[in-house]
Amino acid sequence: MAFKTSVQKYTGSINKLEFGSGENSKALGGENVLPFYTFDGNIGGKPLIGLEILDVYPEKWLDELQQIYGDAANNAVQWARFVEEKFSPDFICLRLEGADPNGLNKSPEEAAALAKEVAQAIKVPLVVAGTQNHDKDTKLFEKVAEVLEGCNVILLSAVEDNYKKIGAAGVLAYRHKVAAESSVDINLAKQLNILLNQLGVKNEDIVMNVGCAAVGYGFEYVASTMDRIRLAALGQNDKSLQMPIITPVSFDTWSVKESVASVEDAPEWGSQVERGIAMEVSTAASVIAAGANAVILRHPGSAETVRKLADALINN
Amino acid sequence: MAMTGLDIYKLTPKTNCKECGFPTCMAFSMKVAAGGAEIQKCSHMSEEALAKLSESTAPLMKTVVFGKGETEYKLGGETVLFRHEKTFVNKNRFAVLFTDKMSPEEVDAKIAGMKEVCYVRIGEEMKVEIAALKYSGDKDAFLALIKKVKESGLKVAFMLICEDVEVLKEALELVKEEVPIVHGANKNNYSEMVQLVRDKKLPLGLRADNLEELYALTENVQKMDYKELFLDPGCKSIKEAYVNTLQIRRTALKEQDRTFGYPSILFVNEMANGDKYMEVALSSVFTIKYGSVIVLSDMDYARALPLFGLRQNIFTDPQKPMRVEPKIYSINNANENSPVLVTVDFALSYFVVSGEIERSKIPAWLVIPDAGGYSVLTAWAAGKFSGSVISKFIKESGIENKTKCRKLIIPGKVAVLKGDIEDSLPGWEVVVGPDEAMHIPKFLREM
Ligand code: SF4
Repeated sequence: MAFKTSVQKYTGSINKLEFGSGENSKALGGENVLPFYTFDGNIGGKPLIGLEILDVYPEKWLDELQQIYGDAANNAVQWARFVEEKFSPDFICLRLEGADPNGLNKSPEEAAALAKEVAQAIKVPLVVAGTQNHDKDTKLFEKVAEVLEGCNVILLSAVEDNYKKIGAAGVLAYRHKVAAESSVDINLAKQLNILLNQLGVKNEDIVMNVGCAAVGYGFEYVASTMDRIRLAALGQNDKSLQMPIITPVSFDTWSVKESVASVEDAPEWGSQVERGIAMEVSTAASVIAAGANAVILRHPGSAETVRKLADALINN
Repeated sequence: MAMTGLDIYKLTPKTNCKECGFPTCMAFSMKVAAGGAEIQKCSHMSEEALAKLSESTAPLMKTVVFGKGETEYKLGGETVLFRHEKTFVNKNRFAVLFTDKMSPEEVDAKIAGMKEVCYVRIGEEMKVEIAALKYSGDKDAFLALIKKVKESGLKVAFMLICEDVEVLKEALELVKEEVPIVHGANKNNYSEMVQLVRDKKLPLGLRADNLEELYALTENVQKMDYKELFLDPGCKSIKEAYVNTLQIRRTALKEQDRTFGYPSILFVNEMANGDKYMEVALSSVFTIKYGSVIVLSDMDYARALPLFGLRQNIFTDPQKPMRVEPKIYSINNANENSPVLVTVDFALSYFVVSGEIERSKIPAWLVIPDAGGYSVLTAWAAGKFSGSVISKFIKESGIENKTKCRKLIIPGKVAVLKGDIEDSLPGWEVVVGPDEAMHIPKFLREM
């Protein structure tokens, strides 16, 4: 007998979602096969890699990261420009940490005004991430959506508590895209998509943030949830799960022990920044192999490695 | 393909002698096909028929064993393509590559690195399991390398990478008792290779230029009735390695073709070409997707921490969540004035909560009762993380002797338990902690 390539055809495919504006917009998704299964069909667009910046100085970030950005990190606008010029990411994720009620508690107006300046300063599309405080994010995204009208950004994220207002303002009124966030559970992911849908938000305007964890921290749930979501979307043609997936990897990997422990805390572990990058790279590689269409990373070195990996999985 | 009752019936003598305990050969055959009786019950089957049967009832993917004693490992034996369908069985193993071209200093440094990275994480020992020893032209240096690694005190299994049968013969004299993996057989040397390893049943790695040739080679080796095999999907390009690895596993499990029903060897070190983070990225991909032996250029904590953690996660049985031992955990050197926090024995909860307490740098006791291995809300809903479970554990665990502080912090999600616990623990003040673990540092600092 001779070897015959095993081919699996699916009836469903992942929606293609565009964000950003004009010729600088980027597309997510579009595949009708599992990640990089080139032999089965169309693998869609390359996974997009975004770099994270903050609206405040990154006090808590590693010295090595602060040094990379130097003075630019004092001002989100300069920081965004610096990142775009130096590291050419597919998009920039501006995280509005300064609006966190447990921190500086900046007003939605102030945060949104800064987001607008950032959006105007760069060509690449923008993802705007909130504070993870659901009440604050509601107000924040309402304002951000209004001020950034025309920029077609991704609002990260709407959850079950606040999807109505964020969906209404963000997508229906000001034509942005919304990330629907659920916590590592296929049914919750599906339910939130359906709720947004019932509100009038089209499937094509939704990207899923299905939850993440750093490798070693229950990552099996992330991997299996993504597997199941993709198999349902492709194999069962489940329209309410055919949205592309965005995963804010850095939000999780830089706060686990492996990345946080200093060399004094754990001398045998060696260089802290190397551990941080390795945790970020491993988690990002794992989620793109499990089905994520975009990842948000913090260290430019991680972004470079993940970019190379994705390219190598696509082209010989 | 699995055999039907009718297929099996055709192999019986059809005499209905009833010795098997069944009224007819047909009835017996149906039962065997359904897995309800063993074929050995019929003593009238021919050798040939038995062989045919055992072949068709063999697992789709073979379990291959290598190493010896405490370094004996199993790979392969997987039954599903996705872990949620059942579980992945035999976790991938990591190897570090040595060659006869390396300087003694380089070899020493790698050995030292492998010795240093050895730790326990949730009850599992984390270390490099395999020393991969590659012949690249200098026989004496190769033999010396084998001796050196063998005598280094490393507790590892071995993999010899060498296509020269004569060199391999001598090399095997040094380590054949350790049951090494022998890599690799190719289309030119396979029959001599099989002769060489058959005696000791050493696993043999097969390599070829492409999947078609690998398939043909595997068929040829199987025809020699040798089935202790590993397949090398190649490493000329990352895309090819990935595609081939997927195809091999899918051919075995989905197409039910046992020709590719063997574990894999992935030379991530070569694909990454000296880029350490690329090694981490590729190893992660192949941990998720079907790598069995993953070869690295070196091991250090930056590689180990993510890769061993990921592997431990992926090879967890979805039906049995990871748990930690119920007991008192001291964090940041807790002392007699430190407060007490309580959470469940679900490993993930423990990891997240203990990590956040560490981050706060505030000494504290973390007590973990037996809560069935569920997350906080699930355990609470199942009655396994109730007021009485918590107060009983506080009384019986001995925590009252370890600290004079009588503040007990409970997860915000089970705030309702406050009254219950206070009633049964006089003298304790029950404090409702944050809903999300990430707020613990702030909470502790402000307490
Ligand atoms: S023992 Fe064998 S031959 Fe006899 S009835 Fe059973 S199956 Fe038939």
